[in-house]
Amino acid sequence: MAQYEAVIGLEVHVELKTDTKIFCHSSTEFGADPNQHVCPVCLGLPGVLPVVNKKVVEYAIKAGLALNCRIAPFSKFDRKNYYYPDLPKNYQISQYDLPIAEHGCLEINVHGAGKRVGITRLHMEEDAGKLVHQGTISSTPFSLVDYNRTGVPLIEIVSEPDMRSADEAVAYLEKLKAIIQYTGVSDCKMQEGSLRCDANISVRPAGQAELGTKTEIKNMNSFKALHKAVNYEIARQIKLLESGGKVVQETRTWDEARGETLSMRSKEEAHDYRYFPDPDLPPLVIDRAWVEAIKAGLPELPDARRQRLVTAYGLPEYDAMVLTSSRELADYYEECVQIYNNPKLVSNWVMGELARMMNAGGQDIQEVRISPAQLARLLQLLDEGTISGRIARTVLEEMYNTGKDAGKVIEEQGLVQISDTGLIEKVVDEVIAANPKSVEDYRAGKEKAIAFLVGQVMKSTRGKANPGLVNELLKGKLNK
Amino acid sequence: MQLHYLTAHQLHDMLVSKQISAEELTRAVFERIEQVEDKIRAYITLTREQALELARQVDRARLAGEALPPLAGIPVAVKDNICTKRVRTTCASKMLYNYIPPYDATVMKHLNQARTVMAGKTNMDEFAMGSSCENSAFFTTCNPWDTTRVPGGSSGGSAAAVAAGEAILGLGSDTGGSIRQPASFCGVVGMKPTYGAVSRYGLVAYASSLDQIGPLTRDVTDCAMLLNVICGHDPLDSTSAPFAVPDYTSFLTGDIKGVKIGVPREYLGEGIDPAVREVIQKAIETYAGLGAVVEETTLPHTEYALPAYYLIAPAEASSNLARYDGVRYGYRAAEAEDLVDMFMRTRSEGFGSEVKRRIMLGTYALSAGYYDAYYNQALKVRTLIKADFDRAFEEFDLLLGPTAPVTAFKRGEKVDDPLQMYMVDICTLAINLAGIPAISIPAGMVNKLPVGLQLIGRPFGEGDILRAAYAFEQNTDHHRMLPE
Amino acid sequence: MISIKDVEHVALLARLSLTGDEKQVYGKQLSDILENVRKLQDLNTEGVPPTAHVLDLQNVFREDRAGEHMPVDQVLGNAPDRQGNFFKVPKII
Repeated sequence: MAQYEAVIGLEVHVELKTDTKIFCHSSTEFGADPNQHVCPVCLGLPGVLPVVNKKVVEYAIKAGLALNCRIAPFSKFDRKNYYYPDLPKNYQISQYDLPIAEHGCLEINVHGAGKRVGITRLHMEEDAGKLVHQGTISSTPFSLVDYNRTGVPLIEIVSEPDMRSADEAVAYLEKLKAIIQYTGVSDCKMQEGSLRCDANISVRPAGQAELGTKTEIKNMNSFKALHKAVNYEIARQIKLLESGGKVVQETRTWDEARGETLSMRSKEEAHDYRYFPDPDLPPLVIDRAWVEAIKAGLPELPDARRQRLVTAYGLPEYDAMVLTSSRELADYYEECVQIYNNPKLVSNWVMGELARMMNAGGQDIQEVRISPAQLARLLQLLDEGTISGRIARTVLEEMYNTGKDAGKVIEEQGLVQISDTGLIEKVVDEVIAANPKSVEDYRAGKEKAIAFLVGQVMKSTRGKANPGLVNELLKGKLNK
Repeated sequence: MQLHYLTAHQLHDMLVSKQISAEELTRAVFERIEQVEDKIRAYITLTREQALELARQVDRARLAGEALPPLAGIPVAVKDNICTKRVRTTCASKMLYNYIPPYDATVMKHLNQARTVMAGKTNMDEFAMGSSCENSAFFTTCNPWDTTRVPGGSSGGSAAAVAAGEAILGLGSDTGGSIRQPASFCGVVGMKPTYGAVSRYGLVAYASSLDQIGPLTRDVTDCAMLLNVICGHDPLDSTSAPFAVPDYTSFLTGDIKGVKIGVPREYLGEGIDPAVREVIQKAIETYAGLGAVVEETTLPHTEYALPAYYLIAPAEASSNLARYDGVRYGYRAAEAEDLVDMFMRTRSEGFGSEVKRRIMLGTYALSAGYYDAYYNQALKVRTLIKADFDRAFEEFDLLLGPTAPVTAFKRGEKVDDPLQMYMVDICTLAINLAGIPAISIPAGMVNKLPVGLQLIGRPFGEGDILRAAYAFEQNTDHHRMLPE
Repeated sequence: MISIKDVEHVALLARLSLTGDEKQVYGKQLSDILENVRKLQDLNTEGVPPTAHVLDLQNVFREDRAGEHMPVDQVLGNAPDRQGNFFKVPKII
């Protein structure tokens, strides 16, 4: 059986975080009632004209620079003509042959192997509105249109077909998201649609130079969906070729419920967008000074920050990579270390307990109620021996739920660690007396038995006994 | 002399000296409308009550001793592709037969600030595509000089209204000659300003890189006064030029000694009616007699203006008119099976045949495989045409020629032959492609029909054009002639 | 010469449904017009840049400042069909 190689490129749409739309003064705020954030311009009324929001251009340049792109000295807007009811003018103002940024790249790391993925181009365009159906698009008797999102600024980032697996595709999208978030030009929230991704996928026999026929996969609303859809599509195409079939160039949609990509074939004519320069919008001339000024305002980006975390704090590469996956997480980490200088311990807790709680609650670091200072204080208390690691986890949980200070939680619940030898000794004696079997096992050489006895001591002190002390006392008594 | 046939500057003096009131003036114009509108049919929508109310407001201000802006209380006919808040704006199309804009075009804001009084919205070729007003979805406007003939187009309604005394001033739009050619046919003054001099915000787009709003008036002074009101930079129009608007009336000195006027030989060559050519020759003599230096020159790419125009304008139109789909406003075909069916039927039933023809042509010119051969080649030719003018203006202050190759033709005469109809604009198209200003002023009569003289200027050279136009007007009587 | 098939393709792109007669007439007229514009191709335009804008304007921007929205009844004021505050259209497919 022939070995196949998958070739994957991604087209990513990112909504820019401006206050107003790309060509008019309507608000971009998410979640308004239908058709509330609309003005004559974004509604495409007869006679209206677009005027470019300067911040959109600045943000696009910023994103381009962060993705190592060359910023075009001369760029323009074009009209992409096609009919759809969510598109008020029945053309979308976009950029065709002179995008604002080109020839970029970013570095990904999959299973320890680094790789550079090329970025073909980055261009600006306007978003479309939203169609609401009752039931599915094919069963609904009519559709309803809301133009609130119409004209929200987007950048489209097109990668080179440099990825070879679903893991690489996900790594690329994660990295792209991190970089864009670092620049502050977008929230990149996949759930809210401010980050959207389409994939171009083809397969070819290993060693073959020319590309196979590609399909375009749409409607992947999470990293998980991207991973599953890419894998599904690769397998589908290989199976098709193996059985003597041919891949049809087409657009397919990812059906999350069925776990399949489905053809979106329609009676629609072959796409002919009839691009031409928008006569309503004069061109953009972007001089060095402007680019340099924007470059100067770029924050430290994920790769540089990761490096710094390794050298400045002595963190392992892995920790640094995880902590820099979002700007907010890295900020949180560093703020915490500033207050309590124990980088590895802080890293363990942020990546461990805190991340676990965030995952469970589906929250981002920005939504966590524990401030970096509060976490630092908790870890200090742990380090000082005021509480045990186990108690610290309990306290953290309470802090996570209530936002209370560690000290307050410990006081309220009486969780201060017991380091009074006399007190612990008394409990140790009780436990030894009550568990002769385990004592015997231990003495017979079953070292593990001591763990059970420690556990019993902790249990009867409700976890407050200093675990080190318990161990020491137990061993002392058992080894007598 | 009846009020409705006076000029705005004469009427302003009468308003200031309290010989008349604005309300009287408005009533006089509406009486005239009642008298002749059956024959002329210049208006799609009349706004009589609103006009009278505005006129009374002007009168109150006047009685309170407020200084009146020069055009306060003057009735204006507005082409029906200029958006007027709360007043139906149809573009003479079934597609927008019921459309009521929720906003005013920038020029309307200027007119309102100047306290002019809108009399109504005028007939035109549908979406400004045409040269005779016969492409209106509603009815055809007649030429006041001969009602069996067309008033020209596409701003034929505004031109006819001004010529027939149904308004004192008119606003039109000019994409390939749509102000100047009806001005020529109706014997009035019509100017297409420099592209970017007047805001296009609120002008329903036909071909965005060519469209420009401009005045239709009874004389050159009124034209200058109306330009003063409508010109100026508009932040809502990205193609609006940031320039200092001069007082255009300051150019009306009557002195054109030493002004160098070029006559492009292409504008007096083949295809120009000999009688029209004769009128233009006489005008040249008049200018020479006034001390201007008139010499022949050449615009070598003139013959390419028409083909370039008929690719660029329809291409832009095909995109500009895509928004008329029955979803958000305007006409919607009944009982469509599904969305594509609704789109196709709405557009087929809502647009007239010339609009559909241009949409088809433009769609074809932009479609895959043809873009470079047609559209992009036309844009390159546009560069050459513009360069012709640049070269001519290194030598000359103004260029002169006929506005149209013929006088007003009979209704129905050209309606079945699009190419013949397009030829009527051969003297005006190139000016839009180059984005420069030009005026048409009455220069004489042929068989009792007016002939327009076209003066073309440098970008933002409206003042120079007006100076020469005014000098001509002061030394001739053509602008005083009135239709019966 | 434009074929009926070309006419049909262009009409679909432009969302126009034409009758058989219209297809014939438009096919003929478009062919005539295109015949006339073909003379543009005789011109040597090598090295001539296209003019998309006659004015030498560039970088025309607005600031990122919010303005007024339209009242929703005005937004829907001209709508041929609506449901609540949505525009209503026939089923997509």
